[in-house]
Amino acid sequence: MKPAPFNYRAPDKLTEALDLLATYGSDAKVLAGGQSLVPAMNFRLNRFALLIDINRIRELEYIRIDGQVLRIGALTRHRDIEMSPLVREHAPLVAEAVRHVAHLPIRTRGTIGGSLSHADPAAESPAIVLALDGTLVLQSRTGARSVRATEFFQGMFSTALQPNELLVEIQLPVAQPGQRFAFEEVSRRRGDFAIVGVGAMVNLQHGRISQARFAACGVGTGPVRLRAAEQLLEQQVPTAALFARAAAAAAAAVDPQTDIHADAEYRRRLLAGLVERVGMRAAGLSEGAKRD
Amino acid sequence: MQNRPPKSWRDAVEHEINIPDQPILATDKVRYVGEALAVIVAESRYLAEDAAELIEVDLEPLPAVATVDMALATDAPKVHDDLKSNVVARLRIRKGDAAGILASGVRSIRHRFTNHRYLAMPIECRGVVSQYDSRSDSLTIWSSTQVVHWVRREVAVRLGLPESRVRCIAPDVGGGFGVKGHVYPEDVLIPYLARRLGRPVKWIEDRHEHLLNSTHARDDRHDVEVAFDDKGRILAIRDNFVKDSGAYTPVGIGAPSNTIAHLLGPYDIPHLEAAATVVVTNKTPNAPYRGSGRPEGVFVMERLMDLVARELGMDPVELRLRNMIPPERMPYSVGIPYRDGVPVVYDSGDFPAALHEAINALGGLEAIRAEQRAAWAEGRFLGLGVASFVEGTGAGPFEGATVRIDPSGEIFVATGACAQGQGHETIFAQVAADEWGVTPDQVTVSIADTGSIALGYGTIASRSAVNSSSAIRKASAVLRQKVFAIAGHLLECAIEDLELRDGRVSVKGVPTMSISLAEIAQAARPGWDHRRPPGMSGGLEVTEYFEPPTVTWAYATHAALVEIDRITGAPIIRKYVVVHDSGVLINPKLADGQVLGGVCQGIGGGLLEEVIYDQDGQLLTGSLMDYLVPTASDMPPIEVIHRETPSPLNELGVKGLGEGGAIAPPVAIANAVCDALRPAGYEIFATPIRRSEILKAIDKILG
Repeated sequence: MKPAPFNYRAPDKLTEALDLLATYGSDAKVLAGGQSLVPAMNFRLNRFALLIDINRIRELEYIRIDGQVLRIGALTRHRDIEMSPLVREHAPLVAEAVRHVAHLPIRTRGTIGGSLSHADPAAESPAIVLALDGTLVLQSRTGARSVRATEFFQGMFSTALQPNELLVEIQLPVAQPGQRFAFEEVSRRRGDFAIVGVGAMVNLQHGRISQARFAACGVGTGPVRLRAAEQLLEQQVPTAALFARAAAAAAAAVDPQTDIHADAEYRRRLLAGLVERVGMRAAGLSEGAKRD
Repeated sequence: MQNRPPKSWRDAVEHEINIPDQPILATDKVRYVGEALAVIVAESRYLAEDAAELIEVDLEPLPAVATVDMALATDAPKVHDDLKSNVVARLRIRKGDAAGILASGVRSIRHRFTNHRYLAMPIECRGVVSQYDSRSDSLTIWSSTQVVHWVRREVAVRLGLPESRVRCIAPDVGGGFGVKGHVYPEDVLIPYLARRLGRPVKWIEDRHEHLLNSTHARDDRHDVEVAFDDKGRILAIRDNFVKDSGAYTPVGIGAPSNTIAHLLGPYDIPHLEAAATVVVTNKTPNAPYRGSGRPEGVFVMERLMDLVARELGMDPVELRLRNMIPPERMPYSVGIPYRDGVPVVYDSGDFPAALHEAINALGGLEAIRAEQRAAWAEGRFLGLGVASFVEGTGAGPFEGATVRIDPSGEIFVATGACAQGQGHETIFAQVAADEWGVTPDQVTVSIADTGSIALGYGTIASRSAVNSSSAIRKASAVLRQKVFAIAGHLLECAIEDLELRDGRVSVKGVPTMSISLAEIAQAARPGWDHRRPPGMSGGLEVTEYFEPPTVTWAYATHAALVEIDRITGAPIIRKYVVVHDSGVLINPKLADGQVLGGVCQGIGGGLLEEVIYDQDGQLLTGSLMDYLVPTASDMPPIEVIHRETPSPLNELGVKGLGEGGAIAPPVAIANAVCDALRPAGYEIFATPIRRSEILKAIDKILG
């Protein structure tokens, strides 16, 4: 379990990294926290000519509010997001979900940009950014472009990132009055990738759900928006029966994978349970559920 | 061959054994994914792995034998061409007439049970380092092994060296659990390379290699019939089981023999017929892991207990009590041979008391049942799971100890045991300190080094506390004769008037008349001006070997209170209790550690850990992302209660306790889950326990 030979560069300026990407393209691989990449390298599942270590590019490590947008630099560690008062106040769903990302040592190294770029279908961050309808800023030597989360994720470990581009920023809409959030996941052990996880935003206005956003991980080839559940919930008065129907609708609409940890049927069953539990919580119909 | 069963066993058990040879490197045929077929020596592991990619192997794919059913099919391809079939061993043990009872029209049930494949996951993987000394044509081997003397012998035989030119040391190994309890090809290959190259050679297994190539365990399938009467008395058991041994059988028939010998557990069951068929497949070899065949048999027996109770509408706790051997029948002869050939006789203990104590630690049976009914009424699922078992420990054939008193007066002890973190140095120092009336810090312990003691067996089979401690006591007793003789000579008094006290030999009742061990050791030195009695040889050193008459029987009851998470199907263990009797405890804190560690591994085996192969024999669980080992946060509250019934089979009264903790958790938890889901009639017949199946049972209850 030692990686195949590779060259290594660790630029401290974003422009240098983008120059290297422009030169090497798909012959280069970007190292951020390395929590997924390094194991893959050690198994020799990943081979490339150049490893671009971006850990010295401190300009990509920030969390700030800009009007109605929460901006998170791609190199921001999960742990910093977890501890950020800004995130807790303006993106409570992110604050709740990030605690489920692996274990503390992994959160201390791993980055949000790395997680999104890697696009593991079981990872929490992609589902959360999808649920919040976030925007991702991709930059290359020739310029930057903004891609909505709905377009960014393109299947199993696959994104809209071009070989010469680097994900540099995540933009999330600031939480509005009336919006309530909840995230839960089921994993076989604490800290593992989720078998299924569900994040939700429910906007309650005058006793009705004016807007619902549900996204899940672990039930498809990437993060999945649960639009069937959202449609069923919107404009309705929240009740336990309503969330049970939404859960059934969500489960019927997904096409989960079977792997050694869980078969498709079990994932669908978990999804239903979690949609119901998360929805009820977000709508204030139940107390916070325990982690198992 | 360390593994050949003794003649008394061969005479007592119907058997047919054809153990295949395991090559050090595969030559004509590769028999499992992970079997080494080439070796690369380089100056770093990075380079070696780069070089490995340059090796082109011309392999012709052969049909895979990936399951026991594939192995036993009439047209099955042969894993070993030189054997008649894929069956490498058959064993059959009978007592009474189980077939006759089962055919007599009494009540009976039959079920198939499957124990899945999982393996030991020590924090330190295996590793071998060897250095060759050309001047003396001798090899030193540092191996992460539990059996240094066996490694030395195997290397000496394979390389054609006298044993005196091979030294094997296992320094401070980080966990063994049986997976390091036999000789691996690397143990021979690395010293061979060191000698051939004239340079030190190191191989350290990585985690992927460990999952792929260190021996796996468990993996059998039982077809069982049990006969019983209306009062819940178990009358007869017939068990035919098939063990998937993988491509080789590095420890022979050890595990299936254990399964048979432990099947009847703490129960008085008059009729038994147990037969094992050991088959080879294209998978990693199967060898003992903590419990070694016992968890498999205990899973079968303790599930049966609950199933019979269900048939009779009886509480499983009550059914167990009706069948348990009462303490007044100790020692109890089971009527079958152990794998050392000696008839199994449970030597001591109180099985029902352990069961009562475990249930009481969970609040008592009535309170548990009342809580369960209340939970069901609320749509929650709460269950009690119990598993009682016995465990032959301290297996022979022997272990040795050298005890020496230095001229400084300090005690030196060497023994063939090999520690992997269980605290051998501590307990052996305690035993020696008690023998000599000194404090443990005045004792130096040398273990796991063939350079310290000529013969040894190693640390497997919950044997070291029994065998090494007894050998230390035996050697100390012999040495004490000499020490007293010299002391009597110096103090000018009779040996009978002497006693050991605080590191000194003194005249009984006259503490001022005494002499220190240091003075005695100096007096004993060979050479000029020694002060030994006339005719006595020099030095204070004795080596003795303890050969136990047979195993001594530990026992335990595990009990778990489990609630099912309705959304995930996860069994949440609210509390886990172990009542364990391993005789006199040398060190209670270390005993707790042993039991707790075993329980953690048992919980992992029951709920998380699973080696999975596809139908081509390809391993699907090659990393710790796929093979899930329990972590601290997966552990429930565990209470360990020790009973201490002294073993009559050794002077210290100790029994082994290395493995017990790992034996019962899978079935205790399975029983609790089934008990919780009784309204659905849910029964578990295979490990691991699957949340998805539990959820289906809940759906059935809730409609």
